[in-house]
Amino acid sequence: MKPTRASLLLPLVMVVLAACGGDHPMSTFIAHSDLTREINAIYSRIFWWTALLFLLVQGGLIYVVLRFRAKGTETANPEQVHGNIRLELTWTILPIFILMHIAIPTVSLIFKSQAQTTEENAVLVNALGKQWWFAFEYPELGVTTANEMHVPLGTEIEVRLQSDNVIHSFWVPQLMAKRDMVPGRVNHIKFKAEKLGEFYGQCAEYCGDSHALMKFRVVVDTPEDFAKWIASQKAPAETEAATAQAGFQAFQGAGCVACHAINGTTAAAVIGPDLTHVGSRTMIASGILENNEENLKKWIKDPPGVKPGSKMPNLNLSDEQVASLAAYLQTLK
Amino acid sequence: MATPAAVPHTHEAGHSASPSGLWSWLTTVDHKRIGILYGLSALAFFVLGGVEGLIIRSQLSVPNNDLVSAPFYNALFTMHGTTMIFLGVMPLSAAFFNYMIPLQIGARDVVFPRLNAFSYWLFLFGAFVLNVPFLIQPFTAGLDPSSTLAPLIRVIPDGGWFGYATLTGKEFSPYLSIDFWVAGLQILGIASMAAGFNFIVTIFNMRAPGMTMLRMPVFTWMTLVVQFLVVLSFPCITVALILLLMDRLFGTHFYIPSAGGDPLLWQHLFWLFGHPEVYILILPAMGIVSEVLPVFSRKPLFGAPFVIFSGITIGLLGFGVWAHHMFTTGLGAAADAAFSVTTMLIAIPTGVKIFNWIFTLWGGQIRLTTSMLFALGFVGMFTMGGLSGIMHSSPPVDLQQQDSYFVVAHFHYVLFGGAIFGLFSGIYYWFPKMSGRFLDETWGKIIFALVLGGFNLTFFPMHFVGAWGMPRRIYTYDEGMGWDQVNLLETIGAFTLAFGVLLFLISFFRSMRNGAKAGANPWDAATLEWITTSPPAVHNFDKTPMVYSDRPVWEKSHGPGPGYSLPEGEEHIHLPPPSIKPLIGAVGVGMFLTSFVALNLSILALGMTALGLALIFYSFYTWFLEPGH
Repeated sequence: MKPTRASLLLPLVMVVLAACGGDHPMSTFIAHSDLTREINAIYSRIFWWTALLFLLVQGGLIYVVLRFRAKGTETANPEQVHGNIRLELTWTILPIFILMHIAIPTVSLIFKSQAQTTEENAVLVNALGKQWWFAFEYPELGVTTANEMHVPLGTEIEVRLQSDNVIHSFWVPQLMAKRDMVPGRVNHIKFKAEKLGEFYGQCAEYCGDSHALMKFRVVVDTPEDFAKWIASQKAPAETEAATAQAGFQAFQGAGCVACHAINGTTAAAVIGPDLTHVGSRTMIASGILENNEENLKKWIKDPPGVKPGSKMPNLNLSDEQVASLAAYLQTLK
Repeated sequence: MATPAAVPHTHEAGHSASPSGLWSWLTTVDHKRIGILYGLSALAFFVLGGVEGLIIRSQLSVPNNDLVSAPFYNALFTMHGTTMIFLGVMPLSAAFFNYMIPLQIGARDVVFPRLNAFSYWLFLFGAFVLNVPFLIQPFTAGLDPSSTLAPLIRVIPDGGWFGYATLTGKEFSPYLSIDFWVAGLQILGIASMAAGFNFIVTIFNMRAPGMTMLRMPVFTWMTLVVQFLVVLSFPCITVALILLLMDRLFGTHFYIPSAGGDPLLWQHLFWLFGHPEVYILILPAMGIVSEVLPVFSRKPLFGAPFVIFSGITIGLLGFGVWAHHMFTTGLGAAADAAFSVTTMLIAIPTGVKIFNWIFTLWGGQIRLTTSMLFALGFVGMFTMGGLSGIMHSSPPVDLQQQDSYFVVAHFHYVLFGGAIFGLFSGIYYWFPKMSGRFLDETWGKIIFALVLGGFNLTFFPMHFVGAWGMPRRIYTYDEGMGWDQVNLLETIGAFTLAFGVLLFLISFFRSMRNGAKAGANPWDAATLEWITTSPPAVHNFDKTPMVYSDRPVWEKSHGPGPGYSLPEGEEHIHLPPPSIKPLIGAVGVGMFLTSFVALNLSILALGMTALGLALIFYSFYTWFLEPGH
């Protein structure tokens, strides 16, 4: 028994070592919103109860096994104890109090976090799950974008989650935990961000071939920066310059126009992500590639090669077409 | 091939020589042989599911790995879950139900022996339907997408073991992969329900005289609870699958929101089955541990009525907690709160069981046999799974843990650390009864150490990587997420675990041939299966015992009561004759249900439907005419 029990400690030690070795941008232990902070408060309350019970049960188990292990010298059978009603009552009733200690804050946070928004200046965002990317609309602000959602610091944000295809799950561990995007329904997440910066999100419900490659970012800006971002996103794309005109020619010639919109041009399709300001995003292909010309070329050249099953087909574009498209999209800041 | 006439009919006492040969196995209605068939099949599928798990772990060992493609990975995790649940743990439990229940209650067989054989053959057919796509896809993957055979391009089920709508609908899964899954599960469901009714009636009606309900062994009790869960929960998934089949084949819209359907309807029906299913998987192991811990402590089970009542309570509550699998779907605050509280309540009877097991050990003379080690491992590991379960019983916490590797860790502690540790304990405990030989104890201890260590190395770190934000069911992940080292560690653990299982298989087949001989009651155990020879005669007992205690065999030798007695004089024994009808009937039912898959390809499938129906009518009609004894 001894050596195998000791082996239990090994993974613990190694995990602790591994934990020291780097940061975890999706860690749920780090909370940067009111919602995730309150979730973590309940989590730690449960954690300490379970840690106590863990020690009690595992310790008790090891203790009785060591203490009552047969020596081989026993002459009589042990006393044939059939039970003890007081003990039974104790371990039936005591857990009820522990569970109440967990259930009360749980139920109160359930109702609090799912209540209607009451704040006047709350920012509303419609998040739409697609195979395999996210569309974001700010209906009150007139902005549509994709895969990168900006929110102002300290303001209540209400995200309305929807899907018109399969079920996705919208998960930003440090800001808003997760909720599913269920076709035919509208779900809500409500939170206030408490830290500036870029936060990682990822789809958490299996949604087909490229479920693993369905990521996004949430950028928390100061209210001033957020207002600037909104203003820049509302502006139509530059169309006058010669490079823009040549780029848009390529965009039309290659067939991109059938699925994508570029505000200010004739491209207005809503099947794929809105590309009006694609050049301003940090990532492309729903959070899997850094936004630079090399990656854009790679992505446009063979989308299903980058993202299995991608709805954006391989259009067999020539290298010149790919190069001019990538150059054009980079200018759409 | 031998003819049925060549098989000796064992109508009378004394005709106990086992017939042999392939035909005798195909026509057997002996619960012990059916138990062995279930057990060997389960071990084979356990290995298959394990290999799938190892490929998954290999793919995830390093970031951005390309060992397997995304669609194949998705098929692998679908089949790993489906296989382990329906073709590994359930039939391994069924092996013990079949072999041990009649023996534990002092009966000669189950009440419907041919139905019992039918259940097994139907199970095997369902397992075949689920897995045959692995053999088809290599030849069809390259087909032209515009050809009429295009639905065959993907045939390995790939919608997840939970098969959530709308992903499983025709629009998003146009291939036959989902149809094979639906047909396979439908067939397995019928097999399980038939067996469920059989064991309920058997346990209620076939007990030896004097064996009141509270004198029944705890394993028999837990089996009874499980069979009720099976017959009450499987109809839910049967209905869910029929609706899915109609959506896919006939263009109905039960789960399709654009036409007024609701994808959450699937989740409600699926988890109304799926949560009781968890207890279908774990309660047999709890029953086994409740037998093993007392025997190797030389004490009775502490608080036996409380352990039994807790098992019943867990079973009942299991029907009232399904929506805790759906906390993220937006059911509303009231539903989240209600299902959270019912879920937390399950912790109480579960805790009662754990404390009673520990107090069973208290003051005992503990013998650390391999069976006992696995039973102790069960208590420790299952407790871990229970404690992490309390965490996501709180919906706000679940909003972080749901669909992350934390949940993967949780249910592997319940289903591997719980169910499979319990079943391993049962294998080491009952192997001497089933084979007349011991499994090697030295090997056994090495195997236990490897399995326990490998298991924890694989699944304990998953709590962390899940809390660090790694979602489930992703075929790859990027560098820089802090998940790399932990995943590599888990893969090393998985191979350690697999090595332990490999040693077990070698030991198992070695000991079957040349293990040390075991007598009728080698562990000095307490229940009726230990009064007959090892292995038992075809008719189990020469005489039906009269039972006076819940530990008849222990009390017979250690007192204070008489335990059990055997009646005077010769007893008339009749056993049902072997029959091929159950096998034919199972093939008929299987063909009928599988023909829906083929319907996607061609109208010729109707021929298969007709042939299946013809076989069903032929076998059942002649079955009813067959002399029962």
